[in-house]
Amino acid sequence: MSTITLASKRRRAALRTVAFMSPWLIGFAVFFAYPLISTVYFSFMHYDGFRPPTWSGTKNWTYVFKDYPFFWPALRNTLWLVLVMVSLRVVFGLGVGLLITKIKTGTGVFRTLFYLPYLAPPVAATMAFAFLLNPGTGPVNSILDRIGIPAPGWFNDPAWSKPALTLLALWGVGDLMVIFMAALLDVPQEQYEAAELDGASAWQRFRYVTLPNISPIILFAVVTGVIQTMQYYTQPLIAGKVASGVIQGAGTQFEPGYPEKSTLTLPQLVYNLGFQRFDYGSACVVALVLFALSMAFTAFLMRRRGGLNLAGD
Amino acid sequence: MTQVLDKPLELRAPVSPAERTARRKAVLEWIAIHSLGVAAALFFTLPFVFVLLTSLMSDTQALSRDLIPHTWEWGNYKKVFDTPGFLTWWKNTLIYAGLGTVLTVVSSIPVAYALAKFRFRGRNLSLMLVISMMMLPPQVVIIPMYLFWAKQLDLSGTLWPLIIPMAFGDAFSIFLLRQFLMTIPNEYLDAAKVDGCGDLRALLKVVLPMARPGIAAVALFQFFYAWNDYFGPQIYASENPGAWTLSYGLESFKGAHHTDWNLTMAATVLVMAPVILVFFFAQKAFVEGVTLTGVKG
Repeated sequence: MSTITLASKRRRAALRTVAFMSPWLIGFAVFFAYPLISTVYFSFMHYDGFRPPTWSGTKNWTYVFKDYPFFWPALRNTLWLVLVMVSLRVVFGLGVGLLITKIKTGTGVFRTLFYLPYLAPPVAATMAFAFLLNPGTGPVNSILDRIGIPAPGWFNDPAWSKPALTLLALWGVGDLMVIFMAALLDVPQEQYEAAELDGASAWQRFRYVTLPNISPIILFAVVTGVIQTMQYYTQPLIAGKVASGVIQGAGTQFEPGYPEKSTLTLPQLVYNLGFQRFDYGSACVVALVLFALSMAFTAFLMRRRGGLNLAGD
Repeated sequence: MTQVLDKPLELRAPVSPAERTARRKAVLEWIAIHSLGVAAALFFTLPFVFVLLTSLMSDTQALSRDLIPHTWEWGNYKKVFDTPGFLTWWKNTLIYAGLGTVLTVVSSIPVAYALAKFRFRGRNLSLMLVISMMMLPPQVVIIPMYLFWAKQLDLSGTLWPLIIPMAFGDAFSIFLLRQFLMTIPNEYLDAAKVDGCGDLRALLKVVLPMARPGIAAVALFQFFYAWNDYFGPQIYASENPGAWTLSYGLESFKGAHHTDWNLTMAATVLVMAPVILVFFFAQKAFVEGVTLTGVKG
C-alpha cells in the first residue's frame, strides 16, 4: 500500500466522484442538455413531425410574437397570476402560519386540516372546484344566492376565472403554511420580550421583530411562487375544459384558455402548438421563452446570499 | 392562566384590577384566535365535504341546487369502479408511481451523497445545475424528448418515457436528500473510514440508516408527484387508454359522464383518498420534507 502515490490517490478520488455522480451525469446529458440544445435547433426549423425538418430562419419567432393569437394573452395572464395569485398566496400562507402558531388547543387537528388540501391531486382539486363553483348548481353559488349575494360566473366568466384559480391556489396553501410556521418558531423569543418591555404594540412587534426575521423565507416563497406560476398548467387547463363542457375524445379540438383566453398560460401554448397543431418549431420558441423566464427567476433566487443560502455552504 | 389553580380557592390572593383585565384580555384573545381557526378550518374542509356529499347523491339530485343527499347512493362508488378502464388506471398509476419512486430513490442517493460529502472541483456548479433542473418547467424540453421517445424508440402510448428517466436521478430528490445528508455529522463517516469502510460501505451501513427520514420524505414526494402527474401521461399515454393513469383518466371521465356530477365527484374522491391515506401514515416525513426544501441547508 505504501507505493500509492499522491497522483493515483487523486485519480481514485476523482473516479469515486464520477461513479457516485454517474446517474445524474447521464441524466443531465440525455434529459436536459441534449433536449435543450435540440429545442434551440428546432426553434429555427419548420417541422411537423412527418416531413423532415427544414430551415425556416426566424419565421417561427415572428409567428409566435406577431401572429399567434394566444401568446400575448398567455403572457398577460402570467403577469396577473404573478402579481395577484402569488402575492395573495404568500400573504395568506403567512397569515395561516401565524394563526397556527397562536392556536393552543387542538393544534395538531387544525394543522392537519389546513394542510390536507395541498395534498389533493391537482386534477382532482380542480375538478372539485369546477363543480363547487359552477354557476348553475354549484354549492357555493347556491349558498351565495340563499344569503342574497349576487353570485359570479367563476370559471365561465373571463373576469372571474383567474380569481377562481386564485381561490383554488389559496385552498392549497398548506406548503407555505408549514414553511412559515417553521420560520416563525425560529424567531428568537428574547426579541419579542425586549420589544414588549419597550412597550411595542402587537402590530409593532410583528413589523419590527417578526417581519425582519422571516424576510428571507418571504423572499423564498415569492420567488418559488413565481417559478411555479411559470409552470402553471394542469389547473387552468382542467378548469377551462370542465367549465366549457368539452368532451374529450378523438376529433375534439379544445380552444385553449376558455373563457376568452382568460386561463391561458405559457406551458399550455407549448402543448397547443406542438401536440395539437403539429408545429414543433413554434412550440420550441415558446419553450425557450419559458426557459428564459424560469432561469432568470432561478438565478435571482440563487444569487441571494446570507439569509437564503439555498446551496447551504 | 395556569397560576390560578396553583392554590386552593380560599387561599387565593385577591385579584388586582390590572390582573383581572390582563386575564380577561387573554381569554378574549383565546376566543378570537380559535374562532379564526374554526373559520379557516371551514374554508379548508368544506370543499371536501361538499364533494363527498355530492358523490352520494342520486343522478337527478346532483343536477339540483340541494346540498345534502335525500337518499344516500353508496352504489355510485360501485358504478365508478364498473366504468371501463377505471381499474386499469389504478394499475397503471401504481406501476408509474411505485416503480418510479424506487428508481428515483436508488439513483438519487449516491448523487446526493457525493454532493453533500465529497469535496471536488465543480461541486458547486453541479449543485447549481441540479437546482436549475429542479426549477425548469417540463414543457421546456418536451418537444425533443417526445420526438426522441415516440419517433426514435417508438414508446408512445406507454408510460415508459416517464419511468425510465427516473433511473437517472431526479433533481428535486437529489436536492432534498443532499439537504438532509448535510445534517449528518462528518465524524460518523470518519469513524467508519478509520474502521476500514470504503465509501460504498460507509454509505450503505452508516449513512443510509441515519438518513431514513430523508429517504422517506423523498419517496413520498416522488410517489405523489407521479400520482398527480397530468402533463406526462397526457403527452405520452393519451393515444392509448390502456396506459392512462388516474389523474389523466379522471379528466376524461368527466368528458364521458359530463352531466353526472355525482359519479364524477365519486371518482374525484377515489383519486384523492389514497394520497390522504398515505399522508396520515407518514405525516412526519412529509412535513419534514417541506421544511427541508424551504428553510435552509
